[in-house]
Amino acid sequence: MKTSRALTAVFLSLSHVPLLSIFLLLTRFSFVQSDANMIAQTCKQTPFYNLCVSSLNSDPSSSKADVRGLALIMVNKVKAKATISLHLINQLSQKSLGLKNPLSYCADNYDAILSADIPEALEALQKGDPKFAQDGVKDAANEANLCEAKFHGKSPLTKFNKVVHDTSAIAAPAIALIYIYTIIFFSSIMLV
Amino acid sequence: MAIFSARLFFFFPILFGHGIFELEASHHIYQTLQNLDEFASATSQPHRTGYHFQPPKNWMNDPNGPMIYKGIYHLFYQYNPKGAVWGNIVWAHSTSRDLVNWTPQKLAIYPSQRSAIDGAWSGSATIFPDEWVKSPKNPVMAPTPENQINASSFRDPTTAWLGADGRWKVVIGSRINCKGLAYLYRSKDFVYWIKAKTLLHSAEDTGMWECVDFFPVSVNSSVGVDMLSILGPNVKYVFKASLDDTKHDYYTVGEYDPVKDVYTPDEGSVDGDSGLRYDYGKFYASKSFFDSAKNRMILWGWINESSSVSDDIKKGWSGIQAIPRVIWLDKSGKQLLQWPIKEIEMLRTNAVHLPRKVLQGGSVLEVPRVTAAQADVEITFKVSHFRKAEGLDPSWTNPQLLCSQKGASVRGSLGPFGLLVFASKGMQEYTSVFFRIFKGQNKYVVLMCSDQSRSSLNPDNDKTTYGAFVDVDPVHEHLSLRSLIDHSVVESFGGQGKSCMTARVYPILAINEDAHLHAFNNGSKSVTITRLSAWSMKKANIN
Repeated sequence: MKTSRALTAVFLSLSHVPLLSIFLLLTRFSFVQSDANMIAQTCKQTPFYNLCVSSLNSDPSSSKADVRGLALIMVNKVKAKATISLHLINQLSQKSLGLKNPLSYCADNYDAILSADIPEALEALQKGDPKFAQDGVKDAANEANLCEAKFHGKSPLTKFNKVVHDTSAIAAPAIALIYIYTIIFFSSIMLV
Repeated sequence: MAIFSARLFFFFPILFGHGIFELEASHHIYQTLQNLDEFASATSQPHRTGYHFQPPKNWMNDPNGPMIYKGIYHLFYQYNPKGAVWGNIVWAHSTSRDLVNWTPQKLAIYPSQRSAIDGAWSGSATIFPDEWVKSPKNPVMAPTPENQINASSFRDPTTAWLGADGRWKVVIGSRINCKGLAYLYRSKDFVYWIKAKTLLHSAEDTGMWECVDFFPVSVNSSVGVDMLSILGPNVKYVFKASLDDTKHDYYTVGEYDPVKDVYTPDEGSVDGDSGLRYDYGKFYASKSFFDSAKNRMILWGWINESSSVSDDIKKGWSGIQAIPRVIWLDKSGKQLLQWPIKEIEMLRTNAVHLPRKVLQGGSVLEVPRVTAAQADVEITFKVSHFRKAEGLDPSWTNPQLLCSQKGASVRGSLGPFGLLVFASKGMQEYTSVFFRIFKGQNKYVVLMCSDQSRSSLNPDNDKTTYGAFVDVDPVHEHLSLRSLIDHSVVESFGGQGKSCMTARVYPILAINEDAHLHAFNNGSKSVTITRLSAWSMKKANIN
């Protein structure tokens, strides 16, 4: 968030900043159109930069997405990864592996992600209250951890839980950036 | 809406670009809260409360528009009729004659199908003293490019009040980057509102100010003051903001200039994370109202769950409200005091009063004959042996961190001593609320902790420890602690309301009749219990 704070401080002291630098900053953080630079700047705010960049780049709509759009892409990525995990859990549950209890718990964890956390995050993003979108993705990361912990070190789902956890951990700061970029948007309109 | 007369008016924040919200006309179909049969069994729902407000099921968050109107208390709350997480938010509604027993009403406000509304968000209600003719227009305060208000950070208006200049005023919280702000709007007719040029108040590095609250308190009196009454020098003001960044409610005490509409906190009263909180545990989006029937200021607060969402889905509900608290200014003028409303005591039965007793270091004393999962307990300690107190390292400025590092099982000199609640028979589970006394620079410092680390064998809960310093002098005053215990919540009040701490716990063993309550002293020095009273609490009609 430190980079963003410095940027908004610049915008708030508009009268003191030379016009040229304002123009350059505007083109760099255009609200409407994204570019590789916006993806890079957004991903720098997350704990898994490479995963963030590759996740966003793998979605063709990311090149045209604004900050909210990028956050939506990430939330849908969590949904996709969680769906794969749940599918695997169901498959494993049908085999008699002696893992019935932890698999059953994990099914509940992933059910919570898919039926509660993701819809909450999507509704909150759509309606403009990022706080509950953050709650949703943070719980998704938590549920993946809780699932993993149920196996006490002998988990058949480690890679899948990690992907869901890390993707959720990327989505939360991406959502928080919506607050910051909305301010830049309004400030930039004032100059146009 | 049949329930409300034309004199009531509600404020809602307008979401940029999504139009104006209207109250539903009575011909629309209202949803009703479903019946409770499936939730009647105590064993299938060991964590549902007996006397803390919560709907029969589903998600609840912020309390809204609490008021007394024609002798009836009203509470509205953010509610999801469809599930146990936030979403599909509407204003649900309950009424009461005593703030203890509640009657559910029809849903008050939900999005109209006609307008493109995204939900009924937190707001306030204002009761007009005079007759008011309904205007075909709804009042609007909206963020626009002209006024540069941050659209996603503009919400939760306070109750409006009538200034001495004859204009209505309301405060709305917001932010510019990391600076919290309170905009003040004025109106002559309650329809057209003009933003004041100067902010009511602002502070750097506090983040988004949600649920801003602003009200007067008497100096040297616990009697409440109404914003609408003529005010003199015996009144100070409290400004409170819920900080989005930390999810806590902070307040300052200060002066209000009603001509310039500017609030200035007193010297030493600090905004933000180093300031005073209403509650040092789980307590958010609080809302106060002036109870004109009893001349007191009452505070409501939302207590969310510490369980995982998967557990919330299993139990089918999430969110409770705190017991309403009376708030007033401490005689020092530096902080507020809070205490549960006296009416809650009507639920007390089967009192247990234990005689004065010295509690040796390392001992535990069970409180017998009480329903330990649904109780009200008050305990007072007298401490001596002050020269043996542990020194307070000057770097120990964060009480929450200090409590996390020095939990109930960490032996001290003067402390830890306090209560063990929701204790299982073999002590596999317990929640401890206790004091520790340290020797500071030139006085003794009292630390209060609520330690949830051993509260449950279920590993999926958030068991964060809470902590706060209590501004009492243990040399000259007794240390008091009151805890309201209710199945999955412990609301604790230290120093007769100087420091409040609310925790959520979900024991597996220590439920219902299998829960135990003890006083304990895990310090090396003995302490004297000068008073220990406990009551079993009757069930209230919470909904």
